[in-house]
Amino acid sequence: MSSRVGRRAALLAACFLALAAGSGLPSLACAAEAGAADAGLVDAYGQLRNPALETRFEHITKDLRCLVCQNESIADSNVELASDLRRQVREMLVAGKSDDAIFAYMTDRYGDFVRFNPPLTPKTWLIWGAPFIALVVGTIIIVRIVRRRSRMPLDDDPAAEST
Amino acid sequence: MWKFLLPFAAFVALAVVFALGLNPKRDIHALPSPLIGKLAPAIALTDVMDPSKAVSNDSFKGQVYIVNVWGTWCEACREEQEALLAISQQHVVPIIGLVYMDQRDKAKQWLEQLGNPYTAVAFDADGRTAINWGVYGAPETFLVDGHGRVIYKYISPMTPEVWQHEFLPRIAAARAGA
Repeated sequence: MSSRVGRRAALLAACFLALAAGSGLPSLACAAEAGAADAGLVDAYGQLRNPALETRFEHITKDLRCLVCQNESIADSNVELASDLRRQVREMLVAGKSDDAIFAYMTDRYGDFVRFNPPLTPKTWLIWGAPFIALVVGTIIIVRIVRRRSRMPLDDDPAAEST
Repeated sequence: MWKFLLPFAAFVALAVVFALGLNPKRDIHALPSPLIGKLAPAIALTDVMDPSKAVSNDSFKGQVYIVNVWGTWCEACREEQEALLAISQQHVVPIIGLVYMDQRDKAKQWLEQLGNPYTAVAFDADGRTAINWGVYGAPETFLVDGHGRVIYKYISPMTPEVWQHEFLPRIAAARAGA
């Protein structure tokens, strides 16, 4: 319940700020969200009426990149494209589409870049493989250094030995 | 020998990566479109000037055509207007305009003030057509071949140079292949 109230307050605050600032784009975003409410998919708090769908909605929108801001998810972004894509996700959820179908819908249109958690494909293997490549290369370097050092004679530094 | 060559090679590799990243001609926001090589999504909307008139890319079937996405809120679209007008004078291909995130009156006013380079201008009131085209900003310009496939997408304002070097050769190739 508290999260609902918090969300509603945040939405109202965002709309109020946008109106106060007289800026066009965020207030349009608010209008678009209100439009979704009119469609009867969401309650007065902007959440889907079905709580299970709302949970999936939050999970999906957090994994979709807002392509305008590129470092924000469409769950967080206030730009109109993000609001349009949220509407799309909501409608697909209500229409009974699976999470995979929704992600496929987005990547078909915007490419793998739209996902913060991109699928492993021939194009994205480097993203997923880079940490392991770094690990292997690092291990080889360390093993070589340690081996070389262990082969060094102990009386390498006679001054240190004598003290 | 390796002791000197390896760090040097690593340095060169990093320098190349940084040089590519710093290239001012490279637009870091430009993303490859997954639509390339696929059938163009449908445009079935109304004319921005006349809500009773339909605009559909179906009527351009079999032709090479261009879809130019714009909005009156987009400053870069104002920049490219001059280039688009010059291109429309050449009558090489039909240019379909797609207005989104906008209002009819504003778009009408824009076309009356700046001139209309478009064969037809479709008005995407709810942005759904733009989503189907994978549009995430404006201006974006798509090239569709005679088979109805998207063959190229250009993200940034159109210029005479871009038209000359990126579009005209592709249009010629599409016509030769069709």
